[in-house]
Amino acid sequence: MTTTFEPTSTTDDAGAVDSFTVTMQVRRYQPEFHEEGYWESWTVEMHGTDRVLDALHKIKWELDGSLTFRRSCAHGICGSDAMRINGVNRLACKVLLKDLDTSKPITVEAIKGLPVEKDMIVDMEPFFQSYREIMPFLIADESQEPTRERLQSAEAREAFDDTTKCILCAACTSSCPVFWTDGQYFGPAAIVNAHRFIFDDRDEGGDMRLEVLNDKEGVWRCRTTFNCTDACPRGIQVTKAIAEVKQAILARNI
Amino acid sequence: MQVHKYDVVIVGAGGAGMRAAIESGQRARTAVLTKLYPTRSHTGAAQGGMCAALANVEEDNWEWHTFDTVKGGDYIVDQDAAEVMAKEAIDAVLDLEKMGLPFNRTPEGKIDQRRFGGHTRDHGKAPVRRACYAADRTGHMILQTLYQNCVKHNVEFYNEFYVLDMLMVDEDATRADGTPYTQKRVAGVVALELATGEIHIFQAKSVVFATGGAGKVFKTTSNAHTLTGDGMAIAYRHGIPLEDMEFIQFHPTGLAGLGILLSEAARGEGGILRNADGERFMERYAPTIKDLAPRDIVARSMANEVREGRGAGPNKDYVYLDLTHLEPEHIDAKLPDITEFARTYLGVEPYTEPVPVFPTCHYVMGGIPTDIEANVLQDNETRIPGLFAAGEVACVSVHGANRLGTNSLLDINVFGRRAGIYAAEYAKDADFVDLPENGEAFLENQIESLRSAEGTEKVGALRAELQEVMDADMQVFRSEETIRRAIDKIDELRERYKNVAVQDKGKRYNLDLLEGLELGYLLDIAEAMSVAALHRPESRGGHFREDFPDRDDDKWMVHSMLYRDENAETEGVKGIRFDTKDVVMTRYEPMERKY
Repeated sequence: MTTTFEPTSTTDDAGAVDSFTVTMQVRRYQPEFHEEGYWESWTVEMHGTDRVLDALHKIKWELDGSLTFRRSCAHGICGSDAMRINGVNRLACKVLLKDLDTSKPITVEAIKGLPVEKDMIVDMEPFFQSYREIMPFLIADESQEPTRERLQSAEAREAFDDTTKCILCAACTSSCPVFWTDGQYFGPAAIVNAHRFIFDDRDEGGDMRLEVLNDKEGVWRCRTTFNCTDACPRGIQVTKAIAEVKQAILARNI
Repeated sequence: MQVHKYDVVIVGAGGAGMRAAIESGQRARTAVLTKLYPTRSHTGAAQGGMCAALANVEEDNWEWHTFDTVKGGDYIVDQDAAEVMAKEAIDAVLDLEKMGLPFNRTPEGKIDQRRFGGHTRDHGKAPVRRACYAADRTGHMILQTLYQNCVKHNVEFYNEFYVLDMLMVDEDATRADGTPYTQKRVAGVVALELATGEIHIFQAKSVVFATGGAGKVFKTTSNAHTLTGDGMAIAYRHGIPLEDMEFIQFHPTGLAGLGILLSEAARGEGGILRNADGERFMERYAPTIKDLAPRDIVARSMANEVREGRGAGPNKDYVYLDLTHLEPEHIDAKLPDITEFARTYLGVEPYTEPVPVFPTCHYVMGGIPTDIEANVLQDNETRIPGLFAAGEVACVSVHGANRLGTNSLLDINVFGRRAGIYAAEYAKDADFVDLPENGEAFLENQIESLRSAEGTEKVGALRAELQEVMDADMQVFRSEETIRRAIDKIDELRERYKNVAVQDKGKRYNLDLLEGLELGYLLDIAEAMSVAALHRPESRGGHFREDFPDRDDDKWMVHSMLYRDENAETEGVKGIRFDTKDVVMTRYEPMERKY
């Protein structure tokens, strides 16, 4: 039997937004040609559901090939294009221009707290160093491995579901005022990835990670400003995860 | 210029590259070179699942999985390879679980499984629950888990080192029957360090290519900007053949106008495709498994609905994916990411509104020919010692003319693992091949000429024209007329490419230059795809010729093999030699492909 339904009118309008002009004001850093950073603006015509990334591409491909930024998947999964857009950390591929106030210039800068290499490109190495320090891998006694999969209840799986979404884009860590002033702080992303294992009931390395995060540059530096939660493009409740790690340190008498 | 020496060098850090690295890194001194940071790789964008006949929720076995893979690939799958993949699938999933991958679970705590297109019970009787999954971010979890285990095993990464050439030498050799031939040997690779613009040579006993696909040949694609066919083109330029390049998968459910992927899991969980009249049109095209028919069939059916005037929207150019009859809680639990894509990018609420979708270029079934030990072949049977390939860049061939959903995440795990093991084992007993003199010269010249060129053509414009013509003429429906149009356009673009200039004249992170080099690869690959498509006068899997709508098993039950050869000509295109290779058959004879 063939089933039918009435299409709604809203979807027929999907993508039918007119074209508009927008001014992109971008913080440049071109150390091979200019010692200092500077602002540069371009006004471009964009369409309907175009994103900030599309505007940057338009500039790069048509107006100034030297404009430099990382990007890959262009739909919020690879984590390459975290930037400061109108003063807040976002993925350029997830911000639709029509959702911004295009009557004013849209500012785009590199994320803060990591050394800028060129335009929007920062050195990610300190970020990944913190990530590696929390031992971001399952620690379990391999001699006890079953021949089949380990069993895990759906509820136990749910306990760390939120923090498995992390794409390591650094939007959270580079939005954190503590991280801006103290680059030694592990930062939200490393704690989120520690949480992902600490609350996985298959893992046996929780106490070691809690030990690491009980350090003076660990979770206690967090001042719960919620910038990280606001910045996360994956909707992870970052501040909540940090709070759960703090509680675990207290509960387990680390 | 710096020179590095490793036993094994792996090029690419997606699923296949990192799965290989985990094996190789524990057996031999290994380096992984990646154009991105490892966790940026496009494996992370895969959504729906990874099939393995675990039989956790219903009866299943690897033989059924093999059959589905062979039938799904329209019978030009190499059956020995499909058998290896389906058998090793079970351990591949269990290995990932042991590495920590958070699969969704059954009420008993086992790995949960769901339905996926073309995967059936008992040779096509009904859909079967075979796909192991982690919500709709299975690829993300695989990529993260493999990276985590690379960190655990201290795998050495060279991040943002873009491999742009391979160092090969030709040796005179003699076959067992006494005939002389030229044996290719690999000595290493040449890479550009993006941060500095410096050239590095990596000498290695074994080289593994795991560079992924080439979806950016098309305008509408689910692929990342960085998927520009680099590995395929580098091999092709060195005289290594490309196999089955005419077979390109268009995923049925790309977000209309954008191409962003909406997983087949949406239909596995009960989603339905409808045309502008609200009709569930797949009932007409695949009466038994309907919306869960393989991707080539569904994509063609959708394109046909639009062509016959039953498309939806202001331009009648898409169809709908309807999830509105599913419970919002079910959608949130099983399909959270893709419903978020619909909201973010199209402003559509999938709980209550159908989502506009249209086929999007998704996967290249063809690639660098390998055998089941992931060893690259320089012709139909001769191995290149020490050169391996795995994942989308390779053609082993487990996907034939059309890949089944979930089989790519499986491919990268099974053949990535094999590549890592065989590469390390080869390196144990092998000697280094001497580096050719001035091995870096070719790349240095290429880079310098592009950086200093004063031409008038722009990379972005040429690439856009290429992508337009491929979308128009090489997509779901093809004919001699459309393919010739594509070839002529590519020919024109290759000429204009000689006159291309980049604006960024710096050395650090010169991504402008990089895009120029990538365009060169895209043009080579687009040409190979088009010439292969023109040279196959039949319709099979993802390759549909309107002028030859039937499958022709008498003449074309063979793989196509394309070589760069300056003395040859194929279909009027100079510099390409065409050959065929027999399909390996073990237990399945070709049958009519009905669902």
